[in-house]
Amino acid sequence: MADWVRQQMEGWGRWPVVTAEVSRPETQAELARAVAESNGSGLLAYGLGRSYGDTALLPEGRMVMTSRLDRMLAFDPATGWLKAEAGVSIEDILRVFVPRGFFPSVTPGTKFVTLGGALACDVHGKSHHVDGCFSNNVRSFELLLSSGKVVHVTRETHPDLFKATVGGLGLTGIVLSLEYKLKPIANAMIEMESVRVESLEHFFEVSAQSGDFTHNMGWIDCVTRGKAMGRGIFMRGRHAAAGADARPGIVSRVKDFVHPLLAMPVNGPGWLLNHATIKAFNEVYFRRHPKGSVASLVHYDPFFYPLDAVRGWNKIYGKRGFLQYQMVLPHDPDQRAIRATLDAITASGMGSFLAVIKEFGPLDNGWLSFPRPGLTLALDFPNHGAPLLALLDRLDAITLEAGGRVYLGKDARLARASFRRMYPEWEAWKAARDAADPKGLFKSSMGERLGLVAARGGA
Amino acid sequence: MSGNAKSAAVFGVTSRIGREVALRLAEAGHTVWVGARDFGEAERIAEDISVRTGQRAVAGTFEARSVESHSELVTAIEGAVGPLAFAVLAFGDMGDESQRDAAMLRQVVEVNFLGAASLAERIADRMVTRGAGVIAALGSVAGDRGRQSNYAYGSAKGALALYLQGLRNRVFAHGVHVCTIKLGFVDTRMTWGLDTKIPVATPEGASRAVMAAMAARTDELYWPPFWRGVMGVIKAIPERGFKRLKL
Repeated sequence: MADWVRQQMEGWGRWPVVTAEVSRPETQAELARAVAESNGSGLLAYGLGRSYGDTALLPEGRMVMTSRLDRMLAFDPATGWLKAEAGVSIEDILRVFVPRGFFPSVTPGTKFVTLGGALACDVHGKSHHVDGCFSNNVRSFELLLSSGKVVHVTRETHPDLFKATVGGLGLTGIVLSLEYKLKPIANAMIEMESVRVESLEHFFEVSAQSGDFTHNMGWIDCVTRGKAMGRGIFMRGRHAAAGADARPGIVSRVKDFVHPLLAMPVNGPGWLLNHATIKAFNEVYFRRHPKGSVASLVHYDPFFYPLDAVRGWNKIYGKRGFLQYQMVLPHDPDQRAIRATLDAITASGMGSFLAVIKEFGPLDNGWLSFPRPGLTLALDFPNHGAPLLALLDRLDAITLEAGGRVYLGKDARLARASFRRMYPEWEAWKAARDAADPKGLFKSSMGERLGLVAARGGA
Repeated sequence: MSGNAKSAAVFGVTSRIGREVALRLAEAGHTVWVGARDFGEAERIAEDISVRTGQRAVAGTFEARSVESHSELVTAIEGAVGPLAFAVLAFGDMGDESQRDAAMLRQVVEVNFLGAASLAERIADRMVTRGAGVIAALGSVAGDRGRQSNYAYGSAKGALALYLQGLRNRVFAHGVHVCTIKLGFVDTRMTWGLDTKIPVATPEGASRAVMAAMAARTDELYWPPFWRGVMGVIKAIPERGFKRLKL
């Protein structure tokens, strides 16, 4: 029998917090047992808890932590294909493979995610316009179905199951292992250029001129209104060429020493992030950067994972937690939706501490995968309760009107009707999911909320 | 590194600490044999070690309780990876203290004491003939004093510690060393869901402690180290009072 332990579980936004029965298998047999002995309360895999809202939560259900199923099973240095269990993290891959000259093809803005979680949310990174989503760099995976059967899934052998599972929020089954592409690098360094962007128009100009760079993203000040609306810092980079790594040894050694010392040990007080402090932070962050552009050679860690430097940074929002809102808006020469969004935020008085902006490329994959060509904006809001939920509903309306969509890996509150309009392929997804899991074993709080799976208790 | 490259065996690699120790041994440049009752799991772990370290790792299977097979097993392991410089006994069975029936008692004693003692003895024999080698066995602070919550497991681990003292004494003159590791709470399946109220060590940290203890030829290591003090106090309580405690 698996050991089920009742405990509190939360996503990265720390809202909502739920109680579930949790087990942490360490062998394939223990995992198979955990799936086989279902008790009707539903089952869901949980990786490192970096999805923000209720994507990976199942209140009063059974949750299986995959963090101990983290074996690397095969690697081919000639092609870069790594076969690994779903509990292996990006951090683990970096630690093992950067010294050997390989880097994850697609990595999100935190390295503390499992491969299984990355597949379930079909995560993207700064190189989306070049490399696509995570799943564009996955050629196969083994999926444990609710029947106990294990299927080796590729785009060719099981096209529907592939498209339902990548970005499928863990609701088709439990990924046992996957084949994921690593790309060769010359060293651990990034040739980076940051450009101070004075307005929204300027952002698009700089973004259009950044075709030479494989990794692009911007930080945007979403508190300031008027002509400077949309000002920020655009960051672009590429893996450095051979010979550029004069001092990475020292950099990484110091970093390894300092990292564990930087941790948010306790919850920040509730008042810490308010409109004034957020405005001040945005002002300082912007002013600190000189006008024009600055080129530098940086270690990959601060470039890709600036926030990972502070373990548990999510506690800065205090006990109330926070919500992240990320949407993608199709290209529009007049930028009406993005302006309406920034207007709505500034008018609400609820500033976003960190706002990240990026242009997506054309690739897409799963039926529920988030990225679409256009502009994506990610916003963090302290959990102000009802007024914030009202603001986010307003942002949903703007997004819908523009033909955009919200990222499910970060959501905790999207309405079912809005979801269905944002993801018109949801019916195809559901048909494939129901075929894979006719018993309806796999469930999540988000899945029940959005009508992706049947709610428990007949609701 | 290659000049010092040797062979090592870890018995019980599906224990997280066992797997981490095997990985540390491979990182140090050794060829490792990794054994578990579940051969499929041993294979996955051997693959993992090869991918992560580039060292050769060989998967095997063993049954701690079938002591008659141990001599042949050790011969086969050395045939596969060469003479062992390090052997780590990482397996254990907590049993179920709520069912103190004959079968449970037999299993707990046979796995934790009989199986470990028998394997240590067979490996020590071979190391003695070569005049070199280190054996480390993962024991438990539960073996320091009998308590109502886990005395079947505790007595088996306590007996093992006593056995290893004798073995250490026997092989010392032949250049062979025996380490007894007394583990407190480590974040493994044995402590999953346990409300310990005491800091829990990481398996990785425990594996580094085992490596250091083998290198330094430590006789007896408590990990985390504060457990030496905790158990010192627990052992010092007179039995007349101790028997009244709910521990």
